[in-house]
Amino acid sequence: MTPSPRTQIVDWATEIFEDLDFTASMKWLDDHPGSKAAGFLPVYAPKEIIHAAGMLPVGIHGNGAIEIIRGDAYYQSYICHLPRSVVELAESGRLDFLSAALFPSTCDVIRNLSGMWQIMFPDIYVRYLDLPQVADPVLGAKFWQRELNVIREELGRVAGVNISDERLRASIAVYNEVREVIGQLYDLRNRQPWKVPTEELYLLLRAGEVVAPEVFMEKARTYLLAAETSGEHIKDRTRVIIVGSFCEQPPLGLIKTIERAGCYIVDDDFLAGNRFLTDAVPVEGDPAANLATTFTSSAIKTSVLYEPDPDGKKNLMQQRAKAAGADGIIFCAASFCDPALLDRPMLRDGAEKAGIPCIAFKFAENSGQFQQFREQAGTFSDSIKLWGEAS
Amino acid sequence: MSDQKTKIQEAHKDESMVIQKEMIAEHYKRLERAPETKEPVVYTFVPGNLTELIRSFGCLPVLPEINALQSGMRGKSRGYIAEAEKRGHSEDVCTYVKCDIGMAMAGNIGPTGTKIPKPDLLLLSYTGCYTFMKWFELLREEYDCPCVFLHVPYQGDGEIEPEHREYMIKQIKDEVIPALEKISGRKYDEDALKERLRLSVKAEDDLVWVLQSAMNKPSPIDAYFGAVYYVGPIFSAFRGTEEGVNYYKALRREVQGRLDAGLGPVAPKGPMAEEKYRLVVEGPPNWTHFREFWQMFADENAVVVASTYSKVGGTYDFGFRHNPDDPLGTMGDYCAGCYTNHNLPGRIDMLCQYLQDYEADGFLINSVKSCNSFSAGQLMILREVEKRTGLPGGFIESDLVDPRYFSAANIKNRLESYLQMVEARRVGASQKGMSA
Repeated sequence: MTPSPRTQIVDWATEIFEDLDFTASMKWLDDHPGSKAAGFLPVYAPKEIIHAAGMLPVGIHGNGAIEIIRGDAYYQSYICHLPRSVVELAESGRLDFLSAALFPSTCDVIRNLSGMWQIMFPDIYVRYLDLPQVADPVLGAKFWQRELNVIREELGRVAGVNISDERLRASIAVYNEVREVIGQLYDLRNRQPWKVPTEELYLLLRAGEVVAPEVFMEKARTYLLAAETSGEHIKDRTRVIIVGSFCEQPPLGLIKTIERAGCYIVDDDFLAGNRFLTDAVPVEGDPAANLATTFTSSAIKTSVLYEPDPDGKKNLMQQRAKAAGADGIIFCAASFCDPALLDRPMLRDGAEKAGIPCIAFKFAENSGQFQQFREQAGTFSDSIKLWGEAS
Repeated sequence: MSDQKTKIQEAHKDESMVIQKEMIAEHYKRLERAPETKEPVVYTFVPGNLTELIRSFGCLPVLPEINALQSGMRGKSRGYIAEAEKRGHSEDVCTYVKCDIGMAMAGNIGPTGTKIPKPDLLLLSYTGCYTFMKWFELLREEYDCPCVFLHVPYQGDGEIEPEHREYMIKQIKDEVIPALEKISGRKYDEDALKERLRLSVKAEDDLVWVLQSAMNKPSPIDAYFGAVYYVGPIFSAFRGTEEGVNYYKALRREVQGRLDAGLGPVAPKGPMAEEKYRLVVEGPPNWTHFREFWQMFADENAVVVASTYSKVGGTYDFGFRHNPDDPLGTMGDYCAGCYTNHNLPGRIDMLCQYLQDYEADGFLINSVKSCNSFSAGQLMILREVEKRTGLPGGFIESDLVDPRYFSAANIKNRLESYLQMVEARRVGASQKGMSA
């Protein structure tokens, strides 16, 4: 029997997710002779510019399944797991196909990894992306536009391509579509989470990090259609938001565990770079200016950016819970993740003051035991179902 | 352990240390009186501090890192950290932050026993450390006060572009100065700022002279443990002040005296009689066992002749001086040049330069759990500096102010083993020289 289109897509995404050798990206390079690939670390990188250079944007999100042999030699025990697996991937030659690597200003670990990369791989283009942090959107946009134009020029040089305004506008249009389809997937999951298990959504998005956006969109649209028309029935589960997993990604088993413990994940921070800009980027006019102003006017509220609003942190969880129709929040941060863990007391305090039930746990991308998470998430879900209304 | 501590507490104090203690005590008294005197209080960070600007508005600076490290030295940090962790702050994050928050929860009594007033303004100079951003977002909630943000671009490519400089100047002009005008009720006075910057230069010249005195053999100073005292005034509230200038004059005189007499540094138990090893150190010290840590080096006659930690508040020894003729631009240059705002290759260059200029026998990294800005990548720094200089590197782990992460026996063992390695290389090199 031929698997359904949905199953085929999930299988396709799973295969890509489990492949430690970036075979899908390599295949793209084989299919596009003379083209190059550029990697980017979490959380946000302007993929439009990579795409406009004719390069394949490749998300480097580490991998919990890889055996760490060399990566641990670069990091002390009190530093998160992500850079270990990234270094492991690099040192084992699995990232040799990259001609460039972009390191956003997510935290000091990723920042310093950019310098390490300059030393380890002197022949590839390395750029630290200093995201604009100022409260003044005009000043922030001006700064970011200039940074974007530097990357544009330099990546163009790496690719041997002049990234004209026209090319960049076309890539902006592509990524507007990508954001739109991801928005539709998230919206469907929010409305009918029984139709879009987060495990599948995550796999799809994760595959999208290493294939061409055009391929991702085709798969995503097919999946969306199949999910919308699926006959899955609602189950008695609690609607939760997963907060804090925007950089190092949780193991897939943890996502499955949370849902199987009685929760529907109706909003999350996984692979947040995909949803970093909440508005479409205008395609008319100066494309770099448009990317910059869209960033300063519509970037998500996140731990990796300064929050100028004094009430911003305390209100954020309430706003997200309301928007997602969530019953509770699970703070799920990677161990030693400064952005997520430093933010957590402020976010949790705001949530609890608003009467939103919360729990918190930490993971590493290579966590292999999920029993404790199942118990915590299960108890959390049960307690909301039993006493949520009463309280 | 307690006997050793008691002995170490009977420490020798240089004259400059006494002067500094008085300056700091006076500053904290002034802070305590601030609610009555109406002097506005501005909290800011050591790297990228705009002390001259803050002072030019008649405001008093408070440096939370300094309060935290002082709490660590005075044995208070364990309790403060525990309080913050009880309130939901993760055990994984920076202990300076938790110590500061714990101190605020316990009534904000500062290191000299006086109360530190709430901030009228948080000046978040975002320079070389991600955690700073979260720290002041947390304090803003704690104190319910305004916060002004200064984004200092990181030297990802090893330099600051003219556009980055303009970006900082614009922020200082349009954001920082209006915020200071608002809390102080004073207009920006560029002449007053310039005058303060002139004072800064004098202090900076003398500080560099003191730090570079370690090029002499024997070195009259310890450029890590000793230097944390020397940089205290210039990294905190006293850059751009007459007190600061006078302190550095006195310090220079004192070090000149030691140099003339051919004396080594003064360690916790007294003057060091011999300089057996000359080391360069990367990373901040541990503060909870500071003197004990220092004495471990002194017991082995190991003198630190250069350190990177003493550059977190400015890399003056690489030539930077505040320029009174370009007051806002120079503040941008200063911020961008602070040590942790340099990329990893730049930090490696700096260490290699120190090893050469100070004719060091090797280098040690004290990797602290709290500080990813410093620590992430230090194992690569270790390898690269060894590769480039051929000099041996050592690695020690501790924390800034969490005493749970200071294992004296472990550190002592590592230090002794490291120095044995230095010794073995030295013997090997001399035998090789003789046989040649």
